[in-house]
Amino acid sequence: MTSIHAAVIDLKRLELLAESDSAIHVIDARAKVLVTLVFIVAVVSHNRYELARLLPFFIFPAVMIALAGLPTLYLARKIALISIFVLMVGLFNPVFDRTILYQVGQWGISGGWISLFSLLIRSMLTVGAAFILVGTTGFTAVCQALERLGIPQLFAIQLLFLHRYIFVLADEAGRSSRARELRSCGKKGLGVASFGSLVGHLLLRTWQRAERIHTAMLARGFVGQFHAHRKSRFGMAEIYFLLGWSTLFILLRAFDITETLVASMAGVLP
Amino acid sequence: MSHHIVEAKNLQHVYPDGTIAIKDVSFRITHGESVAIIGANGAGKSTLLQHLNGCLIATSGQIRIGDTQLSKGTLPDIRRTVGMVFQYPDDQLFMPTVFEDVAFGPLNLGLSGEEVEQRVTEALERVGAGHLRTKPPYNLSGGEKKRVAIATVLAMSPDILVMDEPTSGLDPFARRQLISLLREFQHTKIFTSHDLDMVLDLCQRTIILHEGEIMADGPTGEIFLNEELLAACRLEKPFSMQGCPICNGKTGTKKT
Repeated sequence: MTSIHAAVIDLKRLELLAESDSAIHVIDARAKVLVTLVFIVAVVSHNRYELARLLPFFIFPAVMIALAGLPTLYLARKIALISIFVLMVGLFNPVFDRTILYQVGQWGISGGWISLFSLLIRSMLTVGAAFILVGTTGFTAVCQALERLGIPQLFAIQLLFLHRYIFVLADEAGRSSRARELRSCGKKGLGVASFGSLVGHLLLRTWQRAERIHTAMLARGFVGQFHAHRKSRFGMAEIYFLLGWSTLFILLRAFDITETLVASMAGVLP
Repeated sequence: MSHHIVEAKNLQHVYPDGTIAIKDVSFRITHGESVAIIGANGAGKSTLLQHLNGCLIATSGQIRIGDTQLSKGTLPDIRRTVGMVFQYPDDQLFMPTVFEDVAFGPLNLGLSGEEVEQRVTEALERVGAGHLRTKPPYNLSGGEKKRVAIATVLAMSPDILVMDEPTSGLDPFARRQLISLLREFQHTKIFTSHDLDMVLDLCQRTIILHEGEIMADGPTGEIFLNEELLAACRLEKPFSMQGCPICNGKTGTKKT
């Protein structure tokens, strides 16, 4: 199926973005990982009916994308894709939670709808932040940063291999799926029955292929440590970056800046 | 003392399902030799190759690289000495860009940034792939992938080059380019291949494997003249030694 192949190439493009040399790219990966973590915690910790207070957080992705020169449309498409799954998770909120929270004219907006939108915004922010992190740092460097921040090496390597395995799995799945499609002559083929064995074969084949890749890594001296080719240290720039963003996120979390802004606007306007 | 000698003694490998892939294989390949290991499908060629840098551990028997016997403790040193180019470049290239892929080995050797940069540049230039350094490997053509895969190994400055089916999947021009490139290398070289014309071009010595055993080991020219032996091992003479089918009048083409 070409769509699987296209998806893989699309995902690999994210890795390639990390090759650039912008002001954000050269910052030590650890600073970026920590800032992203603080951002995610600050965003996720809002209560489920919160909407307005989440909006100022969009300043982080906006500034990062602008400074790093990341392709906005490409990232937006990626986030939209994930949002579909989030939508599925929150789909029943409006059904179960019918308490009216706001009244707009004759329309009452229920808590369910508010929590669904809040969920969507939060997922856009957090998923966006994760994509920006990978797009400005590269997955290998993120794993390395996690390890240098104290996560056991075993977990960091697991994460790295999991990421590699996605590509192997998608590659093989694309081939199997294409072969099945071609032999089913535009019909459904053998239907669900054939999927069982297809998935089984897929598992075995990806396993073998992953082993071959691992062997190739071992043959080139891989001993369980990985090296990012961008060497960096945690200097003043990193400290400013970390403190600046973290302070902003904590302030945004602690104070309702949207309300203050709206109130001051209302005061200014006649 | 030389690192460039490869010696196998009574090597045997049995896969977990009981298949005996190679049995009682012994040979000694010396400094600067270029040796082909040929045989039918399933003869045990790839299994044998994988023993040479410890990707597979023999059920019994020994491998020595130079003065070092292959064991768990000597593996890192042996893997630096024996550069292995796998049959499918897609299995070998897994980093986001060609540069990072070629740098993977040198970084694992613990080299400094500058040295890595220099090694990568040299290796890519050597295989004529300098212009590909910023490209993602999956976008390359088959021939380019193969050359980059060779560069990933060259960057580790191995003394011995081991290649599984180097010319498979290449177009005639890319194949010719690769053969010329390999001819320039001064390393001890060990190939497996079904491309017997390449073997004739590059290797002075040939080892025939058949059902896991060595059936012949000698000068390539002599081995390819022994048609009985070749037939018994499900092989044929290289095309260039078979003569022209048209001139020999073996085909049905008639001029009227």
